[in-house]
Amino acid sequence: MIYLALFWQFFKIGLFSIGGGLATLPFLYKLAETHPHWITASQIGDMVAISESTPGPIGINMATYAGFQSAGYLGGVIATLGEVAPSVIIIIIIARFLANFDKNPTVKDAFWALRPSVVGLIAFAGLKLLGIVVYGQGVFNTQAALVFAILTVAVLTFKRVHPLIWISIGAILGMVFNVGG
Amino acid sequence: MNTRLIDLYIAFLKIGGLTFGGGYAMLPMLQREVIDKHGWATLEEVLDIYAIGQCTPGIIAVNTATMIGYRQRGVIGAIVATLGEVTPSVVIITALASLLVRVQDLVLVQRAFAGIRIAVCALIVQSILTLAKKSVVDIPTTLLFLVSVALTLGFGLSPIAVIILAIGLGIGVGRFRERGTR
Repeated sequence: MIYLALFWQFFKIGLFSIGGGLATLPFLYKLAETHPHWITASQIGDMVAISESTPGPIGINMATYAGFQSAGYLGGVIATLGEVAPSVIIIIIIARFLANFDKNPTVKDAFWALRPSVVGLIAFAGLKLLGIVVYGQGVFNTQAALVFAILTVAVLTFKRVHPLIWISIGAILGMVFNVGG
Repeated sequence: MNTRLIDLYIAFLKIGGLTFGGGYAMLPMLQREVIDKHGWATLEEVLDIYAIGQCTPGIIAVNTATMIGYRQRGVIGAIVATLGEVTPSVVIITALASLLVRVQDLVLVQRAFAGIRIAVCALIVQSILTLAKKSVVDIPTTLLFLVSVALTLGFGLSPIAVIILAIGLGIGVGRFRERGTR
């Protein structure tokens, strides 16, 4: 029963990804490792691109996309519901019983270690993705590495440019100069 | 307490559909719909709810929607607000993904996505640096960052294990510090 398995996998992602945005990325990467017939690691890059270029929370967009890739239309809906289910349960419990949850000293202690660790997890996923980009075909792709370096400097220099613009630039460079191939 | 469920659904449908990227990007829309239009919360309450959304598991935007929905109409309100928040994503992404499936074998599309993946890597670097600026601030947090990368990348540890270890370590260190100051 793929829908049940899909719901469970995304329930776990929803439960353990803390910090929003790209925090689900390392879990999706792990999912591509354990369930390669659902999604592949290189598809994750496409998911990030599409999720950043469309409205809606990135984590939800990625869940819908990954679910769709795994099991079609219903898969997208099931994965999304699986990912939000832990939030709904946990937030209702907190709203009911823990009024000052975010000011609780134990929660603050946990977050002192959680925050840098989550950044580390996103770095892990980013490095894996970069590995596919520059070393995907088993040989070092100098051209892709160079374009990555230039784009990174550009993104960090022009901070206010919308991600959609950078993604479009990547698409044009790919189509015209085949930089990723 | 007379908030209609349909109002909750539509308010969060708009917030989800008009926010690019979640996180802080949703605050202006939250302010317009939740504070100005419906008066479901004050700015201060919204910021508190947002803070809770950040330090609970799951997507921040969803956590915020759930909390505001719950405060208005209980469990059913929480569910309705959440469904409103995710509806635009599901519709837009499903439409786009089903379109892409049809064209994914075209050489030009494959080339475009190969290029896009490079741009995505650059964007992830930016996200990591933005996050690191706030959370990797001294030697202990730098060590935590590096250990997290090493455990996953080097030792193949699952991200779930890293999250659980970090929570345990953070609480443990907190207790230890408390004892030291007493």
